[in-house]
Amino acid sequence: MSFQPLVKVEGLKKYFPVSKGLFRKTHDYIHAVDDVSFSIQPRESLGLVGESGCGKTTTGKLLVRLLTPTAGRIFFRMEEEEAREEGVRLEDGYVDVATLKGRALKNFRRHVQMIFQDPYESMNPRLTIYDIVAEPMAVQGIGSVMEREQRVAEMLQHVGLTPPESFMFRYPHELSGGQRQRVAIARALIINPTFVIADEPTSMLDVSVRTGVMQLMQDLADRFGISYLYITHDLAVARYMCDKIAVMYLGKIVEMAETEELLHHPLHPYTKALLSAVPIPDPTYKREVIEIRGSVSTPINPPSYCRFYNRCPVAKEGLCNVQEHPPLEDKGGGHYVACHLV
Amino acid sequence: MREPVLSVEHLTMHYSTRKGDVHAVDDVSFELHPGEVLGVVGESGSGKSSVAFTLMRLLPENAHIKGGHVWMNGVDLLTLPEDEMRRYRWKRIAMIFQAAMNTLNPVYKVGDQIIEAMETHGVAYGEAARKRVAELFEMVGLDPALMDRYPHEYSGGMRQRAIIAMALSCDPDVLIADEPTTALDVIVQHRILKNLLQLQKRLDMAMIYITHDIAVVAEVSTRIAVMYAGRLVEIGSTEDIFLRPKHRYTEALLQAFPSIHGEKKTLLTIPGELPNLLNPPRGCRFHPRCAFATEICKEREPEYRTFNPGHLAACWHPVGEENA
Ligand SMILES: Nc1ncnc2c1ncn2[C@@H]1O[C@H](COP(=O)(O)OP(=O)(O)OP(=O)(O)O)[C@@H](O)[C@H]1O
Ligand SMILES: Nc1ncnc2c1ncn2[C@@H]1O[C@H](COP(=O)(O)OP(=O)(O)OP(=O)(O)O)[C@@H](O)[C@H]1O
Ligand code: SF4
Ligand code: SF4
Ligand SMILES: [Mg+2]
Ligand SMILES: [Mg+2]
Repeated sequence: MSFQPLVKVEGLKKYFPVSKGLFRKTHDYIHAVDDVSFSIQPRESLGLVGESGCGKTTTGKLLVRLLTPTAGRIFFRMEEEEAREEGVRLEDGYVDVATLKGRALKNFRRHVQMIFQDPYESMNPRLTIYDIVAEPMAVQGIGSVMEREQRVAEMLQHVGLTPPESFMFRYPHELSGGQRQRVAIARALIINPTFVIADEPTSMLDVSVRTGVMQLMQDLADRFGISYLYITHDLAVARYMCDKIAVMYLGKIVEMAETEELLHHPLHPYTKALLSAVPIPDPTYKREVIEIRGSVSTPINPPSYCRFYNRCPVAKEGLCNVQEHPPLEDKGGGHYVACHLV
Repeated sequence: MREPVLSVEHLTMHYSTRKGDVHAVDDVSFELHPGEVLGVVGESGSGKSSVAFTLMRLLPENAHIKGGHVWMNGVDLLTLPEDEMRRYRWKRIAMIFQAAMNTLNPVYKVGDQIIEAMETHGVAYGEAARKRVAELFEMVGLDPALMDRYPHEYSGGMRQRAIIAMALSCDPDVLIADEPTTALDVIVQHRILKNLLQLQKRLDMAMIYITHDIAVVAEVSTRIAVMYAGRLVEIGSTEDIFLRPKHRYTEALLQAFPSIHGEKKTLLTIPGELPNLLNPPRGCRFHPRCAFATEICKEREPEYRTFNPGHLAACWHPVGEENA
């Protein structure tokens, strides 16, 4: 099956200058996202996992244009007719997200929503839960006041904030951590977007509530054809939510494959270490965690050879620290890996 | 057994809202001993953070402590005047907040904020404080060079680690960690938990570890408390809770946990609506969702029964007593 992808990301880069006191010019850059490419099919869900600080949130924010890329392109597929109505220029059926401005950008946001990692970041503390969840409808001018109220109640019910009336007129600080996360989810899904970037949307939810929310996200995906970029640290969640998983390390995708393939046959040394570190809910079981050397590195002016070299348990001196960072290559059946030794 | 460092008795705390009182914490009792890690698990909104905030006496205006005691060295923290409480907070009892990303001040460098906390509490000053922060940064896997950067330059997980460093900076006797690793990948999480437990043993610190992740709780805790709708429904050693759970909610919680190993199974949930804390169900609060509920569960609140030394549960029809 090969559809036209809904989203195509090509050679995406984001470099942040390092602040170094007032009077020094900055010459150092954090390579937060460094040459990342992937595509997502309609209704497909791509998981993005990786070390804390490797560039996942930055990738998400670039995709919704909250950040401007240093280089690279992001294409989003649109129907001719829709594009004409919304005043957007298409190139082979795609809009170039980087070029959107004003009304076109606002219209783009009707299709694309982001659920933020920190629910506080996206919530105005002075607005009630009702106003927060209804905001995307209000901004896009969708529905009457009555319809909005009904829709908000419905969404709150779906995410387990029951009964909705007891939550609607509270403020964000009057909710528990997991309840705030669910408000963020309700808000992002209320206008049936076609593409949702979900950044750790369920990280504070217990298993049962989380399963309910995951089922909701999947139901909506099936009914309305939503695609997800699903950023998570929880590989069990990724297993249930994602068709494919991409593993990032210091700004680069190092492995990408179908979910079950990746979980059962990881090829990249970082992915192997990551999977071995997943805790098991059994106090009598002692698992073998693959230790990786060194502490977390910061991607400030990284070397041009493999980013994982100084921590890789199987690195080959004279090869891995001499050649360029390995390219992401298909090793068969759509299993992409970036490692010289695979 | 040694004297507990903290002893919580019949703690009850409600929030008032326009729609009525939220029964966030209802008659919760437990003890915490030096050197132990008490894991606290439970549904989202069941009152875990509320217990923690009450122990720290960091409550919003609409919160009302309705009763109970929190004993620490013969002093009831709940009756202490605020200026005396200030001497306990952070030095004796510290907390890693769930909303970590919200607790750093955006206009100050992260390192300076931690140094200031140490200086305020007279733990260390100037260069010595700076050195201590650098050590703590190493411990939580942050490059000490990051001390001189601002919170917005940190990723979510980096901020969370800075908050862990901050909570540890005053060497507290009791550390409450509220979902401290939600933004961390499993490798970094593993390393931090290892370091945290080492430090905890070395300092004989007691810890309350709140998390939704029962796999993490299995690894770090010596004992586990399970909360449901503002009530503590079961408490026991980690082995007791995982291998011999008694309360029906605990049993359901353990069954719902998905794995990355073996065949992909259908995910289980606990059916039914989450409880409404404005008007919690009568009798056992879990009864509307419990497959084992009978008339008595709807009528009378179950009392705690001891199943093993230190293993208590409040359930009329505990696991293993199907016909009772
Ligand atoms: N505004 C910024 N200014 C400078 N550096 C930044 C900024 N935002 C992010 N960074 C840096 O970019 C890198 C990637 O950050 P990002 O937030 O994308 O990581 P992440 O993968 O989402 O991590 P986490 O899992 O911890 O949330 C980090 O090293 C971070 O310090
Ligand atoms: N300031 C407040 N005013 C009114 N209700 C509140 C307030 N803070 C919390 N609540 C309510 O009290 C209950 C307990 O909240 P708490 O934050 O203790 O839950 P929690 O167990 O920590 O949940 P989570 O795992 O989602 O963080 C929730 O139902 C919440 O909606
Ligand atoms: S290229 Fe070399 S250093 Fe990089 S991951 Fe592969 S083996 Fe390790
Ligand atoms: S007391 Fe009754 S309703 Fe409550 S958990 Fe036990 S069996 Fe279920
Ligand atoms: Mg992030
Ligand atoms: Mg909480």
